[in-house]
Amino acid sequence: MYAIIAGAGKVGRNLARELISKDHEVTLIENSRASYLANEEEFEHAIQYGDATELWVLERAGIQRADLVIAVTGDDEDNILVCQVAKEKYLCDRIIARVNNPRNHDHFRLLGIQPAVSATDLILRLIEHEVPRYGLVHLLALEEERLEIIELEVTADAPTVGHKVTEIELPEGALIISVLRGGAGFVPKGDTVIEAGDEVLLVLDPGLEEAITSYFAPSGYPAAL
Amino acid sequence: MFVLIVGAGRVGSALAKSALAAGHAVSVLDEDPLSHERLDAGQSKSWEDSGGQFTVGTALETDALIQAGIERADAFIASTAGDNTNLVIAQIAQKRFGVEKAIVRVMDPARADWYNEQGLQTISPTKHAIEMFERALAPQEA
Repeated sequence: MYAIIAGAGKVGRNLARELISKDHEVTLIENSRASYLANEEEFEHAIQYGDATELWVLERAGIQRADLVIAVTGDDEDNILVCQVAKEKYLCDRIIARVNNPRNHDHFRLLGIQPAVSATDLILRLIEHEVPRYGLVHLLALEEERLEIIELEVTADAPTVGHKVTEIELPEGALIISVLRGGAGFVPKGDTVIEAGDEVLLVLDPGLEEAITSYFAPSGYPAAL
Repeated sequence: MFVLIVGAGRVGSALAKSALAAGHAVSVLDEDPLSHERLDAGQSKSWEDSGGQFTVGTALETDALIQAGIERADAFIASTAGDNTNLVIAQIAQKRFGVEKAIVRVMDPARADWYNEQGLQTISPTKHAIEMFERALAPQEA
C-alpha cells in the first residue's frame, strides 16, 4: 500500500514509522523547512518538503497512485483541503483526517471528510468506557459503512438476563459480537447465558441504539446521558 | 443585497466600504478587533454610523458566522489572508447556510481553477498579477 501523510509532527512521524515497519510505502510531506530538515536524516526519500495543500506538491509525491492519504497537520483547514483534493480531484479511495479542534468536527462532516479523528473525542470515549454508568458506549462508528459498535453493561432488570443468546430476538441489524465477564472477553455461543453485570458488545445499524438499550439496560438510558 | 465579508485586510475593508457606499447592507467579520480601524480610515463617519456591521471572531466558529448574519446573507466574500481558510469557509457558507453567491480569494492559481470548476467563484489576484506583468513586458504596439 502507498500512503501519503501530510504533516510530519509527532502523529505523522509515528504513523510513518509504523507503516514503514509493516512494509508499506510512505511519503511524509512537511511544510516547515526546519521540521523537514530535522527529519530528513531518519526518513530520507520518504519525506518531502512542501505545502501539501498545493496540487503540484501532492502530484510530486505521487498522489495519483496513492491508496491512502492521511492529513495530520496542526491546522484543520489544511487537513480538510488536503483530503478534499485527494478524494475529489485525485479520486483517492481512502482518506483520514485529524481534527485538532473538536468544534470543527461539523465542518469535516459537512464537506464529506470522513473518517475525521479527534484526540479529544477519543479520550472522551475512553472515559465513557472506564465509567460504565454512562450506559451505552460508542466504541466505533463507521459512518460511510453505516455500522457502529457499542458496549452496554447489562443491568439486573434487563429482560435478557438469564436467557441464552439464541433465545434473544434482537431487531434486524443488531448482533452480539462479544461478552466481557469478570474482566475477560469471549465470543458468545448460542447457548451462552447473559448475566447481569456482563458487558455486551454489539454491532449495529445506526439508529438502533435506543431499541437495543431496552434489551440490556432498560433503566440506564437515557437518564445517564 | 446583504453582503458578509470575512477578513477585513486591505482588500476586504476596501470592498466593504465600496459595497456600503453602493447601497448594500454590509457585515464584516474579522478575528482582529483592530481591523475595525481600517473600516473607519478616511471616512467622515464611523463604520457603524455609516450603517455597517462589524463582528470579532473567526469564520470557522459557527456562532461568529451566525452573529455576523450569515443566515440572511445574499453574498459571502472570503478574503482572509489564508487560501485554505477562505476555501473552507466559503464552502461552509454555501453548503451549510445556502448562501447563493460565495466569492473566494485564492492566491494559488492552480487551486483557484480547480475550485472554480467545483462551483465556487474564485478570484486569484496572483493570476491577475501574472497577466498584468506579461502585458507590461510584451512589446507595445504602435
